[in-house]
Amino acid sequence: MIPAAVDYSCPSTVEEAVQALGDEDAKVLAGGQSLIPMLRLRLAAPTLLVDLDRISDLRGVRSDGDHLVIGAMTTHAAVLGDPLVNQYAPLLAQATATVADRQVRHRGTLGGSLAHADPAGDLPAVVVALDASMEVAGPGGRREIAAADFFVDYFTPALEPGEVLVSVRVPKREGWSTHYEKFNRMAQGWALVGVAAAVRRDNGTIAEARIALTNMGSTPVRATAVESALTGADASLEAVRAAAAAAAEGTQPSGDLSASAEYRSHLARVLTERAIMAAVGQAHAA
Amino acid sequence: MTITEVGSPRRRKEDARLITGRTMWTENVVLPGMLHLAILRSPVAHAKITRVDTSAALNEPGVVTAFSGRDVADVQGSLPCAWPVTEDMVHPDHPPLAVDEVRHVGEPVAVVVARSRAAALDALAAIDVDYESLPVVLDLEAALTEDADLVHLDKGTNRSYTWIFDSAEAGSGGAVGAAFDGAEVVIKRRYRQQRLIPAFMEPRSVVVDPTGDQYTIWSATQIPHILRFLVSVVTGTPEHKVRVVAPDVGGGFGGKLQVTPEELIAFVAAKRLGKPVKYTESRSDSLMAAHHGRDMIQDVELAARRDGTVLGLRVKLLANMGAYLGLVTPGVPILGAFMYNAIYKFPAYRFECTGVFTNTVFTDAYRGAGRPEATYAIERIMDELAVEVGLDPIEVRRRNWINADEFPFTTVAGLTYDSGDYSAATDKALELLGYDDLRREQAARRESGDPVQLGIGVSTYTEMCGLAPSRVLGSLRYGAGGWETASIRMLPTGKVEVITGTSPHGQGHETAWSQIVADQLGVAFDDVEVLHGDTRTSHKGLDTYGSRSLAVGGIALYNACQKVIDKAKPIAAHVLECDPADLEFAGGQFRVRGNPDGGKSLADCALAVFAAHDLPDGIEPNLDADAVYDPDNFSYPHGTHLCAVEIDTQTGRVSIRRYVAVDDVGRVINPLIVEGQVHGGVAQGVAQALFEEAVYDDDGNLLSGTFVDYTLPSAADLTDIVTDRTETPAPGHPLGTKGVGEAGTIASTPAVVNAIVDALRPYGVRDIPMPCTPERVWRALNGGVA
Repeated sequence: MIPAAVDYSCPSTVEEAVQALGDEDAKVLAGGQSLIPMLRLRLAAPTLLVDLDRISDLRGVRSDGDHLVIGAMTTHAAVLGDPLVNQYAPLLAQATATVADRQVRHRGTLGGSLAHADPAGDLPAVVVALDASMEVAGPGGRREIAAADFFVDYFTPALEPGEVLVSVRVPKREGWSTHYEKFNRMAQGWALVGVAAAVRRDNGTIAEARIALTNMGSTPVRATAVESALTGADASLEAVRAAAAAAAEGTQPSGDLSASAEYRSHLARVLTERAIMAAVGQAHAA
Repeated sequence: MTITEVGSPRRRKEDARLITGRTMWTENVVLPGMLHLAILRSPVAHAKITRVDTSAALNEPGVVTAFSGRDVADVQGSLPCAWPVTEDMVHPDHPPLAVDEVRHVGEPVAVVVARSRAAALDALAAIDVDYESLPVVLDLEAALTEDADLVHLDKGTNRSYTWIFDSAEAGSGGAVGAAFDGAEVVIKRRYRQQRLIPAFMEPRSVVVDPTGDQYTIWSATQIPHILRFLVSVVTGTPEHKVRVVAPDVGGGFGGKLQVTPEELIAFVAAKRLGKPVKYTESRSDSLMAAHHGRDMIQDVELAARRDGTVLGLRVKLLANMGAYLGLVTPGVPILGAFMYNAIYKFPAYRFECTGVFTNTVFTDAYRGAGRPEATYAIERIMDELAVEVGLDPIEVRRRNWINADEFPFTTVAGLTYDSGDYSAATDKALELLGYDDLRREQAARRESGDPVQLGIGVSTYTEMCGLAPSRVLGSLRYGAGGWETASIRMLPTGKVEVITGTSPHGQGHETAWSQIVADQLGVAFDDVEVLHGDTRTSHKGLDTYGSRSLAVGGIALYNACQKVIDKAKPIAAHVLECDPADLEFAGGQFRVRGNPDGGKSLADCALAVFAAHDLPDGIEPNLDADAVYDPDNFSYPHGTHLCAVEIDTQTGRVSIRRYVAVDDVGRVINPLIVEGQVHGGVAQGVAQALFEEAVYDDDGNLLSGTFVDYTLPSAADLTDIVTDRTETPAPGHPLGTKGVGEAGTIASTPAVVNAIVDALRPYGVRDIPMPCTPERVWRALNGGVA
């Protein structure tokens, strides 16, 4: 199909973008890797597209004290290659490397992916695991939303009408080791399940762990039972396996053509174990 | 004749334009005043159409006309089925636009013609259709029960036909009942061929121009000649008033071996309006409404002795026709009937196939058409036999296959295999795979309880391709012949135009045909131009499918070359002032036998003919030649494919570790093209084993309607393929070639699934339905129903 007719605007500042989004049937275009297919299938029918592509303020990664600030329109490819991201938030780079294919990574953006709030998207779980926060701009000015509060439901971010995501603030994490473990049917496909794992060790035992799951519910889910079981545990396969057994607790995965809910729960346990073992520097058993 | 080109791995001359897209695809055709057509498709699987109102669409911007099936019921005709496999086959009407009833999701219901594609698509929303639901028929077995709901109410049955082959009745073997009576081993299995979507890269597209002296139809089709003939028949348009052009066409795999509803709808619209009309489908429409492939239930029963000797085979198929019969829908499973006995020489065989209507889009040819299904079933059950009698799967095959010194061999299915050396291909494949080492590694992994288990899959195959001897097609009630044609036009400067009746859509005919002609006529490769796919230049031909183009068309081409040489000879003799009988032709030169100097080239003769100033008396000034070749047998490539898989038993993920394909396709014209065909074929067969499935829900909605859900693998999902060949020239073929277009697809699916099941036998697994997704493998591992 081809999209229905739609108006297009291409503001050069965030303020202009917010103004354009005053139209209640407007939709932000932030790379278009999800929105354009939806327009083509006529699953979305906005009357106005507000393309953020020309707003240079929204691109790039900078250091701000103990945080990284990543512009919402920074492409996946730029995130992947950014030295600050690789130094202070390698988990984000690890997950971004698994997003779709090279072409998509050069068009798609971090902010676009997060604001789309697809439970099968890889990056929502990562920002939850990293305890990032979202800076949004709207008619009433700017505010920050914690990643844990940003994902409300399927494809529903905590953005008020007229608000636009402008940047992601990621705490710099030194002394943490991380891994994103993704399981998909096709190399370029969505995650059936993904696990974002960040672990801080202290003298061989795990002092702190943050685990978030992709596609195990309508939003990214923290595996809190696993996190508490890991706290104080040693990083042995046995201990990790025992902790990972709780990965699916409290989750509500959906069942679809690619995987049943039961299989997703099973994968969550297996992949959580693998993600943690990989994060602590040991190859998984399989 | 000096052979320099044949056998050379030339890069394809057509690739630069095909790969860059700088060429004429049907969608690139732009004509003055051309209008665009959009199709409203049924959102429901089975319903009466109680009302269609297209009037509001007429008020939409840019709209020229809108109409429904009812508006054109008298003129649109019924789509043809060229293969009524039995005399009493139930063959329902197949209107291009539904008139009173829709029978599958995606069936065309109404159209809008507008000044732009966008305007036409937008206006579809203004068409109002009322549907009155009818019961949906999806399950093949339920469809055949006494009180089943019906796809075609007026037919009183969902059974289209039952077609039987019995070796005792045919005189090609013994009675299968006797073979099973008292057999030491009887193995019975049910296999499912899931429904597949051909998923060619270039969506189907058609432009119909009614403004000239002829109706010109551009179409992304595999079959321009057959399309011309059938459009003429179906619409009552005199054949000479129809010209069909298949410009460059991007893929087909059987999916463009069809006379489509969309082609006829565009024809009807263009005729009504007197203006050129274009229709290009979207990917979603293509996945939903272009014909699908496979979709069969196979009940297979094998009788054998304890020593592994097979005694007989019974096959009972239910084949899903979909809602209608496409061009060769009923014949696809019948093509498989002759292949279930595969490379084996057992003495008794019975095959029974019932075609069943359901409320799904019609099935039809898909790469291999019948033969992959047959090969899958026999190669899967041969592995079961190996396990049952305690033999290595290679050994059980050795004990049953036709030996190299037994050719020609008449099979229990009545075909005469011309040549082959199954042992040579298998030995080579075993060595390339490192079979014994992998078996040792498999044992070690089993021993240690490794979470990653190893499996080795075997698939030995032959196939009947090179469609086909016309008499055989006639005896199977197919509506056309199987000959092929080639013409050579000698230009005055010695350059050569070749017109082929085949219709390449990625196969590389321009290159391979040029190589053959270069060798035969002694002209440079670059001095040959191959023309195809336009009935104005190539009025005759039977197009490209069934691995037939080189196997059949190659002989026509060879014969046409010989005719050109024969015509040139008296002219060369005249110029050289010698007796034609004293001349020999080699390297493009006529020379007096024994005298290496002072010859005349074919180009000299072409110029002499052009001038015609000094020709022998009574000689027609013409070197051009046509040849039509009708084969007297099929082509029988064969080979052995071996696949090693690793299975992550924790997740069920299957990874192909090594894949070896040793194929015997006879003499090879261009090894690069052959390798490409094998690679692509294997990829498509692996895709059936591991990835692809068209899925309908209980209401007949296609769930796998985009590439997110119809999981077509990419290069990243596949593996390196080790290819090699044995070469048994096809006897009776002057070039010694056999078909190669489908071999990879036919061989690879059972190789992969056999490998998976081989890995998991210690877990009690003996089958996993295709595609073997991680979840299905995981469930099988855990004793669940996959």
